[in-house]
Amino acid sequence: MNEALKTTYLDANATEPLRPAARQAVLDGMMLSGNPSSVHADGREARRFLEEARNRISAGFGRISGTCVFTSGGTEADAMAIHAFGRSRPVLIGGTEHDAIRKAAPDAEVLGVDRFGLLDPEDLRQRLHQIGPALVCVMSANNETGVLSPLQDIEAVCRDSGSHLHVDAVQGAGRVPFTLSECSVAISGHKMGGPKGAGALLMQNEDPIDALTIGGGQERGRRGGTQPLPAILGMAAAFEESRRQDWVRIDVLREQVEQAALECGARVAGRGVPRLPNTSCLILDGVSAQIQLMTLDLGGFCVSAGSACSSGKVSSSHVLTAMGETEGASQAIRVSLPWNVEEDHVVAFCKAYREMAARLKKQ
Amino acid sequence: MRILVAMSGGVDSSVVAALLKRQGHEVIGATLQLYDHGQASKPGACCAGRDIMDARAVADKLGFPHYVIDAESRFRDSVIESFADSYARGETPVPCVACNQGVKFTDLLGMARDLGCEAMATGHYVRRVEGDDGAEMHRPVDADRDQSWFLFATTRDQLEYLRFPLGDVPDKAHVRALAEELGLEIAAKPDSQDICFVPTGSYAELVEKLRPEIQGEGEIVDEEGRVLGRHEGVARYTVGQSKRLGDIHTGVGERQMVTRIDVPRRRIIVGPRAQAIEAENRRTVHLRNMNWLIDASPEGVHCGVQIRAREKLRDAVVRPLEGGGAVVELTEPATPAPGQACVLYDGSRVLGGGFIVAGES
Repeated sequence: MNEALKTTYLDANATEPLRPAARQAVLDGMMLSGNPSSVHADGREARRFLEEARNRISAGFGRISGTCVFTSGGTEADAMAIHAFGRSRPVLIGGTEHDAIRKAAPDAEVLGVDRFGLLDPEDLRQRLHQIGPALVCVMSANNETGVLSPLQDIEAVCRDSGSHLHVDAVQGAGRVPFTLSECSVAISGHKMGGPKGAGALLMQNEDPIDALTIGGGQERGRRGGTQPLPAILGMAAAFEESRRQDWVRIDVLREQVEQAALECGARVAGRGVPRLPNTSCLILDGVSAQIQLMTLDLGGFCVSAGSACSSGKVSSSHVLTAMGETEGASQAIRVSLPWNVEEDHVVAFCKAYREMAARLKKQ
Repeated sequence: MRILVAMSGGVDSSVVAALLKRQGHEVIGATLQLYDHGQASKPGACCAGRDIMDARAVADKLGFPHYVIDAESRFRDSVIESFADSYARGETPVPCVACNQGVKFTDLLGMARDLGCEAMATGHYVRRVEGDDGAEMHRPVDADRDQSWFLFATTRDQLEYLRFPLGDVPDKAHVRALAEELGLEIAAKPDSQDICFVPTGSYAELVEKLRPEIQGEGEIVDEEGRVLGRHEGVARYTVGQSKRLGDIHTGVGERQMVTRIDVPRRRIIVGPRAQAIEAENRRTVHLRNMNWLIDASPEGVHCGVQIRAREKLRDAVVRPLEGGGAVVELTEPATPAPGQACVLYDGSRVLGGGFIVAGES
């Protein structure tokens, strides 16, 4: 609940509200006047905080700290991985990947998914057998549906074929356990409850990569530019808070949302396969996503439709299209519960959704 | 009341939104994204043009919600494609009518109803008057900016729901002054010109791009088929024009005019202008897709008709026909252009209108 705007915020997958621990870490970080690259005492102090944050984040992925390269966010981390690992081999991407991947690899081969949005590891195996080692990009959790990819199997397939696996874990990080070691991973601070402006690419090893920006050689020459220390400290705190979160509580509330929607005749994309605990993609047949979004917004509920470009225009969802939806791809909204959601918010949303469906759903 | 304002990003509709907001209404702004000019934007770049940004800035400044509506495919199908088809048939279409009728007053208006709005307002220069038998459409106070001719296809049901706050302002300077008074940064923004989806102003190029089969040069011939010259493409000509005929006038010794366009053979047929006007002059004009804003009597309505966007009224009797058409009996003969609108007026009031059909006199 945003007290000032009197809105109910249910759009965590766009950005999570700032967690208190992250806020404190940001404030502390802003008091550090040194540049982590400076040789003097203030610089060393800043660097000590920076490297400690790097250790904590790397440890969360079971890796040593030298594997972690800080970036401005998830999009840059994805672009960096594709630039570093996709240049001398074919690139394969999942059919429901985010634009951060799709637009960074415009010539990539797109792998089909089933009606739940799942990629079949056996299909991948056959394709890799045909084309040889590749860069394979698969997201850990889909931003629109919350559907979790079968990463263990995909990792094994990539290992067998000598391919590099890159996982966009922007939505999954902190929300579901991550146990893979043979892949690179992109994360974003604000999707975990940190501030906007920091992300990271976790690599398999400490090897140098072909950097997108060289600049002053920061991040061991892998990403030039002064690190946004407050945002990075906020991300580290948010990541840890997120991993400690009671996700069962969120999952129970999410089920309330879905039951209400199902009773209204809506369909829930990906329901029946493992998903993030906070995400619901609700398809209300016959009612455009645009109208649903506007109706709910005017009622004070912040949700989103799968694919909104920066102008705010709502287009049909490429994720749902890949899952075999036709009309439904432009009739879905995404409800993603934030870490601080309360039952009252969910009850109020369900009431608003029922009213909307009763008024707009053509019989 | 809750009212949706169709905002183009220009001065007019921004002032409308600001006025309604100041009157205490719950304003919702909506901007239709109709096309992607594709010049500045690379594939995959954001679709938002300058106008969308401007509309959003006005809404943010005044503090009401604003939404961008994707109408690209609908606009392409219902306006641009039929514009090209019409040209390819040798007609002179009026795309603004099709746009008002479909994308704006059907789709966006339907959206306004779905959102529980009591009305939808636009920045059009036309007056809506509450009459005894419901809403009436009239010419605006500012005759220079009269858009009533382009809005004849508005149905009575749509007119009931619509509001045109600028119909009563005396002139554009007044609107700009209002914009400044309301603190709108776009007060000095230039007016939009011509056909919005033809940025270069060359509709012939657009038509040729969309209908490549009609592209290419061909012959200019007289009624007997004698070749008088060559042309660069049939899309560059409309019936009645004397321009772009090169030195044919001097060759024949008399001013020539396009009388017919043979699209399949890519031929422009010309004849002596004076004679052609005489031959094309008609007293009887058939209209299709009539929209009546009054209950028209079967015997016909005596009224003034306007057969081009900027033209004087002509005295006529218009009789409705079965199947949605009408027949116009002009007191004085005229040369109507197929595809253009024929709009009926009684004084300042719009009574209805239809599209001019090619053919028999």
